[in-house]
Amino acid sequence: MIGGPDQMRGSTLLAVDGVSVSLSGREVLHDVTFGIEAGEFTGLIGSNGAGKTTLLRVILGLVAATSGRVLIGGRAASRQNPLIGYVPQKIALDPDMPLRARDLVGLGLDGHRFGIPRPSAARNALIDEMLDAVDATRFADVRIGNLSGGEQQRILIAHALISRPRLLLLDEPLANLDIRSEQEVVALVSRIATDQHVAVLISAHDVNPLLPVMDRVVYVAAGRVASGTTNQVVCTEALSRLYGHQVDVIHVRDRVLVVAAREDVAVHGGRDAAVGLA
Amino acid sequence: MFAGFMIRAWEAATIVAVVAGVVGFFTVTRGSAFAAHALPNGAFAGAAGASLIGVNTIVGLGVFSLLGALTISALGRRARRDVATALVIVMMLGLGALFLSMTTEYAPQIYSLLFGEVLGVANNELLPTAAIGAGCIAAIVILYRPLLLSSVMTDVAEARGISPRRMELAFLVVVALTTTMAVPVVGSLLIFSLLIGPAAAARSLANTPHGAMAASIVIAVATVWAAIALSYATNLPIGFFVGTISATAYAAAQAWNAWRHAHPGIADAVAAGRAPVVTTSP
Amino acid sequence: MTELALLGPVFEPGFFSNPPVQRALMVGGVVAVVSGVVGTFTVVRGQSFAGHALADIGTAGGSAAFLLGISPLYGFVAMNLVAAGVMELIGIRRPRGRDVATGIVLGAALGLAALFLYLDTTTTSTTGATINVLFGSIFELSASMVPIITVFALTAVGVVVVLYRPLLLSSLSPDLAAARGVPLRVVGIGYLFALAIAVSLSAVTIGAILSTALLVGPAATALRLTKRTGLAMVLAATVGVAATWIGILLAYDSYYWPPTHQGWPVSFFVVTLVLVFYLAAQLPSPRRSRAPDGQPAARTA
Repeated sequence: MIGGPDQMRGSTLLAVDGVSVSLSGREVLHDVTFGIEAGEFTGLIGSNGAGKTTLLRVILGLVAATSGRVLIGGRAASRQNPLIGYVPQKIALDPDMPLRARDLVGLGLDGHRFGIPRPSAARNALIDEMLDAVDATRFADVRIGNLSGGEQQRILIAHALISRPRLLLLDEPLANLDIRSEQEVVALVSRIATDQHVAVLISAHDVNPLLPVMDRVVYVAAGRVASGTTNQVVCTEALSRLYGHQVDVIHVRDRVLVVAAREDVAVHGGRDAAVGLA
Repeated sequence: MFAGFMIRAWEAATIVAVVAGVVGFFTVTRGSAFAAHALPNGAFAGAAGASLIGVNTIVGLGVFSLLGALTISALGRRARRDVATALVIVMMLGLGALFLSMTTEYAPQIYSLLFGEVLGVANNELLPTAAIGAGCIAAIVILYRPLLLSSVMTDVAEARGISPRRMELAFLVVVALTTTMAVPVVGSLLIFSLLIGPAAAARSLANTPHGAMAASIVIAVATVWAAIALSYATNLPIGFFVGTISATAYAAAQAWNAWRHAHPGIADAVAAGRAPVVTTSP
Repeated sequence: MTELALLGPVFEPGFFSNPPVQRALMVGGVVAVVSGVVGTFTVVRGQSFAGHALADIGTAGGSAAFLLGISPLYGFVAMNLVAAGVMELIGIRRPRGRDVATGIVLGAALGLAALFLYLDTTTTSTTGATINVLFGSIFELSASMVPIITVFALTAVGVVVVLYRPLLLSSLSPDLAAARGVPLRVVGIGYLFALAIAVSLSAVTIGAILSTALLVGPAATALRLTKRTGLAMVLAATVGVAATWIGILLAYDSYYWPPTHQGWPVSFFVVTLVLVFYLAAQLPSPRRSRAPDGQPAARTA
């Protein structure tokens, strides 16, 4: 998946151009510029508070940029953009909520329209197809409140996919997962992206789980952004420039450790950074 | 029990119960129990005020409950939802206290506004009750999908163009209208038992939203029918039966829930019509 | 005496020497302080509905006590302690489910209240029973209640003081508290008991309406002005006392006002003042925006 020639190259799907965002008088994003092509798998990497979620919300049209612009498929970002499918980190679910997994996926198709859903064979077939795509058929009839975290995630992805977006936005799907689960989720998303021909923008703390599948990385630190291929961005020079002080990028076999020289900056590199060299 | 005037009581109560079952489904889904309690109570103040100036009670109920809905929504933007609701209810009750002090209403009439006077529903009141009730149901039908999506996944709904604030306001207005048609029949203190109990019980009986709403309507209607029958037989207030039957239905549903979680395979198969295997990973 | 003459228009003659007024000021002051202290945690924990519900729930106990010839206050407290226990027992953690459970308990209690009030009216033929219990008046306190009120007040405040640290931590960050070994269930129910007593106290002495108004309003006002809980408790008590005393004064002054020339209710004045103070505290800051992490800024008021 890394920059391969078999990728669908079309017009720029997502263009973020000189975007700055101020919230409550504080500048959260400064002069952010990057682009995503159709079918690309992009990682949005940064620690908490760096501005990842704000950037996602700008793309979703939920937050207005103070300056600059965001174009999706050539048109300005707005809410209710059919080109984007949004997968939140998780939703607070009530085990008593009478809603099955397949009902939630069905809402992804027409939940934004008024009235009651009209069941039809075509609608059901589409829902079944999506459930199959995320490998959720076996728990399709279970209440959403009874699903495990991983199962819920698949359903949320199916919900976002069913309306055939061109870009899938995933907000920290790997948070609080053990390494094996991380790998499973990344493999799942990557497979779906290929099968369904969608671009993916996935936000995360740590670049490592995404290394095998990323075409492009957008690194966020203190509201500023560096974007390009993994080799271009995840290296000592580029990250030091981004952070504004010395940052070392160490390669250990197939993993990457990002280490800041100063103590008060969070260390990236996965849970085993302290243990070091696995 | 089925004499001429009683027929109207059965009709009025059934209409109220059906509307309560429909609106109650979303009340419980959204956890809006406090608003469901606050709006009818505030509406009571409006009724007192209306009788003070010689206007139809229903107008007073409607105006105050709608004002309450708008205020909860407006205040809710700047403050926690529960604080906003608490302030709105005390504001309206404070006005209610003021109106009551100026009026010469006898205590029994106040009692009936609070606890309902099913047997006092006159023929000419049935039409407005049914009309407003039909409006409430129509509103829920129209709002069904976006309201459901917004209630379950607020952020995603917002990204798809469904404003959580507008949904909340629309829902509160529907509760206000439900209040307006229901208070003269079952009273302001008890409409909310009908909004919450049946819908809360229904969740344990059905896996789908439409199934839960249907169950909610059935339980609500059964509750009022039982309440009227028991009230007629024992001469005790109908509100007593509505409150206790609702609580019993909820308790029974929770017990069924607990049993269901202890015996997952059997219960899920019964509810879903097959026997799915629920794994705990990834 | 010239200073008093200036204040003449404000304080109608006989205000300070009037025994019911003196009792009202004292009891109202005590209740306002207790409500402010307990109410601060009510608002922080998002349990305003429980706080309001207990005022109505206690009515069932109060009217049962009335039937049995016992002072309503004891019935109120007993009913509320049981209800608080049941609410904690149903013990649903998520706010939505918790409010629904509170609603069910409230509905059942109101059903019981309907029953007892009906029996009250028919057996003891006091038609004002309904109004009294639900809209209770601060000017109808008997002198013998004062010591009991003081005991209950001290108990409620005492529980909050004793539980202060674990209560604060478990209210602001339940996960952190659990990790630090704070017994969340015990703290939760201890707090609900304090709330039950505080609300019983206020509902019986100043009425169910003011009970909620003084529990939530001043605390919400205080939390708008400061993030420090200890300071907020002091501010809440102060605002509550101010609203209560000024409200009593206005009610006394209104004795000669139209239309009934019997005075406007205290509850109306106090509620209005509570609201005025709350809205005044809203003025400094504009509408809260969403925090950078995309979630609504954590609201404590």
